[in-house]
Amino acid sequence: MDASTLGMWTFLITEVLFFGGMFAAYAVYRNMYPQAFASTSVYMNVILGGTNTAVLICSSLTMALSVRAAQLSNRRHLMLFLVLTMIFGATFLVIKGFEYHDKWVEHLVPGFNFRYDEFPKYAHNAQILFFLYFCMTGMHALHMIVGLGLLSYLLVQAGRRMYSANYFAPVEMIGLYWHFVDVVWIFLFPLLYLIGHRR
Amino acid sequence: MATLVANPPPTAPEEPVNYLNVEHTWKSWLFTTDHKRIAVLYILSITFMFFFGGAAAVAFRINLLTPQGIFAAETYNRLFSMHGIIMVFFFLVPSIPATLANFLIPIMVGAKDLAFPRVNLLSWYLYIIGAILAMYSVLRGGVDTGWTFYPPYSSTFSNSYVLSAAFGVFVAGFSSILTGLNFIVTVHKMRAPGMTWSRLPLFVWSNYATGLIQVLGTPVLAITLLLLAFERIAHIGIFDPAIGGDPILFQHLFWFYSHPAVYIMILPGMGVISEIIACFSRKRVFGYNFVAFSSMAIAVLSFVVWGHHMFVTGESVYATLAFSFLSFMVAVPSAIKVFNWTATMYKGSVSFDTPMLYAFGFIGLFTIGGLTGLYLAALGTDVATHGTYFIVAHFHYVMVGGMVMAFLGGMHYWWPKITGRMYSEAWSKFAALIVFIGFNLTFFPQFILGYLGMPRRYHAYPPEFQTLNVLSTAGASILGIGYIIPMIYLIYSLKYGAKAGPNPWGASGLEWQIPSPPTTFNFDVTPTVVEEAYNYGPVEEVIG
Repeated sequence: MDASTLGMWTFLITEVLFFGGMFAAYAVYRNMYPQAFASTSVYMNVILGGTNTAVLICSSLTMALSVRAAQLSNRRHLMLFLVLTMIFGATFLVIKGFEYHDKWVEHLVPGFNFRYDEFPKYAHNAQILFFLYFCMTGMHALHMIVGLGLLSYLLVQAGRRMYSANYFAPVEMIGLYWHFVDVVWIFLFPLLYLIGHRR
Repeated sequence: MATLVANPPPTAPEEPVNYLNVEHTWKSWLFTTDHKRIAVLYILSITFMFFFGGAAAVAFRINLLTPQGIFAAETYNRLFSMHGIIMVFFFLVPSIPATLANFLIPIMVGAKDLAFPRVNLLSWYLYIIGAILAMYSVLRGGVDTGWTFYPPYSSTFSNSYVLSAAFGVFVAGFSSILTGLNFIVTVHKMRAPGMTWSRLPLFVWSNYATGLIQVLGTPVLAITLLLLAFERIAHIGIFDPAIGGDPILFQHLFWFYSHPAVYIMILPGMGVISEIIACFSRKRVFGYNFVAFSSMAIAVLSFVVWGHHMFVTGESVYATLAFSFLSFMVAVPSAIKVFNWTATMYKGSVSFDTPMLYAFGFIGLFTIGGLTGLYLAALGTDVATHGTYFIVAHFHYVMVGGMVMAFLGGMHYWWPKITGRMYSEAWSKFAALIVFIGFNLTFFPQFILGYLGMPRRYHAYPPEFQTLNVLSTAGASILGIGYIIPMIYLIYSLKYGAKAGPNPWGASGLEWQIPSPPTTFNFDVTPTVVEEAYNYGPVEEVIG
């Protein structure tokens, strides 16, 4: 294993611990307030969330393909797949934006205009749970934005013919990061959207 | 057209090029990727923060001279909080890793630099940014929450600059993570040919274990402080009991990092002691494998004992049982080290140079601190002394009597290597003695005070505690002098100290095979290691 690979994996482990703190808080509060939690699930948009999941999985595919292109010194494909990955990533963020907008309109943003008129007796606890929803998905989205920045750096460098079969480590490492961000979403989506959701 | 020069003027005898004099511009320092220069930058930064945190301590110890004190309660709270925050996050956590280990680990494994030199520089930048944020908080009046930032006080009721202090710690945490990451990858991937894991100096093992803790624990602190910041800014309620939030959740998350953090703070010091004891006993460290694996055991066990900080917050009987038992277990590897160090000295040829004096101090004081830790690990005795000066004395014995002594010992041991100069042995021995006396006079009375019931973090106390408090403050002033004296003779040695050769102590180890100070890339030729660590010859008996 290269030093750079070990370094990136170690960094990703720190990210696991970072998100882990939020997952722990989520587990604690969901355990403490199961009915309040159940009442929040109706506000989670499974369609948008599910679409986003598909989008991210596709973006991981294109990312892996871009690494492969770099390994084969195929500059055209490398840049093509990087662009596709970025388009998928941006799509994810746009859909997320719509989701957040819906939450705002429905007065479900804690600290700003939170109102829980349908189940007022769960209002307080639901506020905590919605905060965790925004915190976890927001932190994830922040990591995606950083990922988009890194991908655009790769695109620029690929344009300058920096990567080939002899040297493609940055593509591989940023690919690892991108896959990690995808995996975080794979955990977030079932936990936040699917569990307890009634159709 | 060539200029004619008959005889070029005689130049001064050339000093060999080393990492310090290779370039003098400020850019060459601020944009360096040389791990040795970054270590020097860190030495300057953390020394500054140390004296800042120390100044806060001077202030509140003066307050404690009289039962009623001279500061208002809120001022006192800000003083001890800033002392704790600065000392823990901006001095102890980075101390040996960012300075001595940064300097030495590449050399000790036979490499030209760490695995990621630019990440190393970024780590220093983050430290500085974090320190600036924390200092901003100090300049605006500081925080009064204690270094533990417990809500709901820190999130809701405190009028102090919690956010900038918390963000400062947040940023400094990433500095710590990157340092640990760098060490882990360096030790795995950059060892010279022949440098197997079992030939590594124990200093490397300790810092490797420290790196593991830094990488796994610090992110949890980061997210905890972030959640606290959201709570304070937007009052979303995650730690607010009024709407169902749980302040105890904060404590769990906080201590999940902060307990391993104390092992981040002590393990590197233990590594230094292994090196010093071997050199000044002229003998290899006894039980190398045990000492190496004890570092790993401490790293693992450190993550499962955090609840012993929360015995009085309503933990269940089962939880307290488990945490208490595990806290007893985590003492075992530390004890293993102490026994192996003493066994190293047995039948060794012991000399009493200044680094060894600090090592002796460490062994004695760390043992006292560690034993009182066992006292606190037991539920019954902890409940009686929680929140009292007993705890304050316990952790200062391990942190100051242990870690700071180890830091000073290591600085003195490797000073010739880092700077190429020798310091005054007479003054250094004198200062070590002053530090030892001052330290014990400061903190031993605090064990008694705590046992008698004096609470910590209180600006005033009942009059019957005054004598012990006065003793403690007197000790603190002596300790302060003990810390200032090395500043003077060490800085003096930079210009006027005797030039040091490659190996002034006659020690074994790759760092002593290269010039003092080293060249930028450490080795002209990558070494091939054929010997075990601590390859001191058999101790010869001196007859007559």
